[in-house]
Amino acid sequence: MSAPDPKMTESELPHAYAARDPHVLLRVISKFLIPLIAIFGFYVHFHGEYSAGGGFQAGVILAASVILYALIFGLDEAKRAFPPWLIRVGMSLGVLLYGGTGVVSFLKGGEFLNYSVLNENAISGQHYGIIAIELGVLCAVTSVMIAIFYAFGSRQPETSDEDW
Amino acid sequence: MTLFAAAEPVFAVPVLLLDISLMALLVVVAFAIVRMRSLFAVVMLQGVYSLVCAAWFVSLDAVDVAFTEAAVGAGVSTVLMLSAMLLADRKSTPVPMNRQLGAFIVVCLAGAAMLWAVGDMPAFGDANSPANSYVGTDYLAKTAEEVQIPNVVTAVLGSYRGYDTFGEVVVIFAAGLGVLLLLGLNGNAGRWVARPNGQVVNDRSAPSAAYAKDNRSEDKKKSGEAET
Repeated sequence: MSAPDPKMTESELPHAYAARDPHVLLRVISKFLIPLIAIFGFYVHFHGEYSAGGGFQAGVILAASVILYALIFGLDEAKRAFPPWLIRVGMSLGVLLYGGTGVVSFLKGGEFLNYSVLNENAISGQHYGIIAIELGVLCAVTSVMIAIFYAFGSRQPETSDEDW
Repeated sequence: MTLFAAAEPVFAVPVLLLDISLMALLVVVAFAIVRMRSLFAVVMLQGVYSLVCAAWFVSLDAVDVAFTEAAVGAGVSTVLMLSAMLLADRKSTPVPMNRQLGAFIVVCLAGAAMLWAVGDMPAFGDANSPANSYVGTDYLAKTAEEVQIPNVVTAVLGSYRGYDTFGEVVVIFAAGLGVLLLLGLNGNAGRWVARPNGQVVNDRSAPSAAYAKDNRSEDKKKSGEAET
């Protein structure tokens, strides 16, 4: 993008800038915010044992950061950052991880989803189990939320500027 | 633990005022949503409603629920409602009064039943309420020795109630699967290509294609390629 014509009067200048990119403020601020939102999502996930939050909330926050990216920079850019194949893998992997933890505890001689048998020490077994299933919840929720957004977002043409 | 110490529920006046004003705000937003005709404004107000709800949950000490409400209700579902609205219409048409009568009667009956049930509810913060006795007390007492993580909510959701949470994850997975089957991940549901005996048949060249509208882009129409 080139700088506006230097001969322009002061009253014309804002219009010239506006014509180039009406959403420049949105773009700049969201570029700053999106990484923070994603990091906050991971914080909520990994700090879930100590404070409010957990896999589900973290998954939704992570999905929200991708959705915000798609809203500002367009669906195609978002699909390059978070490709659709990753969604298919992620949503199945999440459920498999959760169910798999149950099956492993089953095979180790306990009940389905009884994490105490995952380790000789029942307490660390509980911790391993909770970490595994929370990861499963994170994968499934992030992928499904983004999948639903992609599915709806892909059905319509790009919104024109008059729609805002 | 403070939960067991307080037998009588304690109310601080500022918190009570905050709760009442937040609930009043919810009622105002709800009426605004009902009166609104522009669907864009309705979707935005639904986001506002969720956010006020989340603030109220924080004031009730239900931080985990507030977190979920703020992220899902105010964040993701607002965007999903917006994209659903863009697929449908921007304005709602008013429904004549006589067709709203049935719904009004149902709402009045349901509201009266709820008000009637309020008398049987335990007081807010009652340590002897059904939710706080039985297994709830067990979870609070035993988490410290059996699971040993500070956040009891995570221990209950992940370990004691692992089956329920597994069910939730499967429900979310099924919801995602359903949307993908109906709409397609790239908006390409119903666009298919089959190659029987090396002959290419897609949804355009199939006999039923004459009934469907072709909404591919111009260059893709020329090349006859199915949108992937």
